[in-house]
Amino acid sequence: MHPSLSVIFFTTASGAGYGLLALLGVLAPFGMLPADPLFGLVALALALGAITLGLVSSAFHLGQRQRAWRAFSQWRSSWLSREGVAAVATYLPAGAFGIGWVFLGSVSKAAGLLAALGAVVTVFCTSMIYRSLKPVPRWHNRWVVPNYLSLALMSGILWLALVLEIFGPRPELHKFVPIVIALAAVLKLGYWRFIDSAPATSTAGSATGLGAMGTVRLFEAPHTSENYLLKEMGFSIARKHAAKLRRLAIGVGFGLPFLLSFVPFVASGWPAIAAALAAAVLGTVGIFVERWLFFAEAQHSVTLYYGASAV
Amino acid sequence: MTSLPTAPARKRLGLVIDLDICVGCHACAVNCKEWNTGGVAAPLTDLAPYGAHPDGVWFNRVHTYEVGEGTTGRTVHFPRSCLHCAEPACVTVCPTGASFKRAEDGIVLINEDLCIGCKLCSWACPYGAREFDEDAGVMKKCTLCIDRIYNETFDPEDRVPACVATCPASARHFGDLGDPNSAVSKLVAEREGFNLMEELGYAPTNKYLPPRPRQQTSGCTGAPARLAPAVPAAAGGLLGWLDRVLSA
Repeated sequence: MHPSLSVIFFTTASGAGYGLLALLGVLAPFGMLPADPLFGLVALALALGAITLGLVSSAFHLGQRQRAWRAFSQWRSSWLSREGVAAVATYLPAGAFGIGWVFLGSVSKAAGLLAALGAVVTVFCTSMIYRSLKPVPRWHNRWVVPNYLSLALMSGILWLALVLEIFGPRPELHKFVPIVIALAAVLKLGYWRFIDSAPATSTAGSATGLGAMGTVRLFEAPHTSENYLLKEMGFSIARKHAAKLRRLAIGVGFGLPFLLSFVPFVASGWPAIAAALAAAVLGTVGIFVERWLFFAEAQHSVTLYYGASAV
Repeated sequence: MTSLPTAPARKRLGLVIDLDICVGCHACAVNCKEWNTGGVAAPLTDLAPYGAHPDGVWFNRVHTYEVGEGTTGRTVHFPRSCLHCAEPACVTVCPTGASFKRAEDGIVLINEDLCIGCKLCSWACPYGAREFDEDAGVMKKCTLCIDRIYNETFDPEDRVPACVATCPASARHFGDLGDPNSAVSKLVAEREGFNLMEELGYAPTNKYLPPRPRQQTSGCTGAPARLAPAVPAAAGGLLGWLDRVLSA
């Protein structure tokens, strides 16, 4: 599948934003975060800013942007539509939560929990868009939803750790950062292990129905140059590059933030802030690479008609 | 509405494509392009049609495959277009309601005025039936020539999709696959027609007929296994004597 930058940026940025929003909505009402309105302002601005930037970016791959509002209408059947509805609906409790915290000095439990719920539901809908696509077996499996949720939580906690380090460290929360990173890494490794070993869902034989007669090889393509199908669904990445990028994603996205998350145990002040900043940036870069791979490594069944032997 | 019709249509219009007969001439693809670039989904935009890398929207593409090895190997021409599935995920994933499946005859269509060009439907189609028109910013697909098959200004025999009307080998058939007594349903039953990628559960309406088994022995065609020698044995008389003298 073609790794469209606008969609990768959208899922990475909004994933981080929703992860942070969910953590704020759950932790703040129970007094586990500083009640300081400035902390609330910065943390919520970061969360809602990332979400909004992501949502705006997602509109850039549309052919008819002025009609984007129509995408809210088919929530009964379409996960994309549900994602849109959930994303917009989440602004309401998130806004109420933010106004209460920052301007009225009261951290609302109901608004916080509703905003967190909206954040989780939105990321779940995003992941279900991919999870539901049968023609792409590397998306249509049980690892995809846990991956999206855990990566959103991981990027959320990395950015929360940074804001906390600046405004007032909460030592009791430090241990959750490496735990969440380890959880996300294990799920990502499990996903990669699964897609590397899963048996083929469809073959050139089943796509043409000619498999019983022998192996099916493309002799002549229908057209001489690339068409939309090959540009959009025929993107492929060499196995050796994929292996290298996976190591990069693991090292930069999970390994280094994991190590850096232990700095606050031994240091405070500027070294801890620098470590949290580096961890948040590296983790986000790693997820960007991981998301690029999520597309680049996914093979669509239409490629079976163009010479692929199995997907 | 992108929810599928609740009561599945009894009438299921579709195509039956005979892979035994198709000669791979691409006439179906060309006539499809010709008709539809002036039909309901018009225009089927071409980008750089005379350039080094021409690219454009087509509803019908003809692939050619080699199948099997050695003496049992063969070449199969394979036209590919929308299969008007009974379970079309391309319709249900549509966030705007632009994609829909008609309750009355099962044809899958796009309302281009509602389409936002998010391309998700093309991801959801295993068969590559939907193509994005970069110029129009919307998705386009086979309409089963809905503007021909119900066109009362046409003679009844011309009320078939353009690909069927033009096929010089009669490899394409159009009809109601929901009616077990229709000519196309009988053809499918007789020739053991099959679905593409049945394992994905889209329940395509269109059916493909397999190439007939290859005839590998001479007997099955009625021809003798070996032709009689063309040169008569030894000639007699003067010519026979001359032949023997000169051959010596």
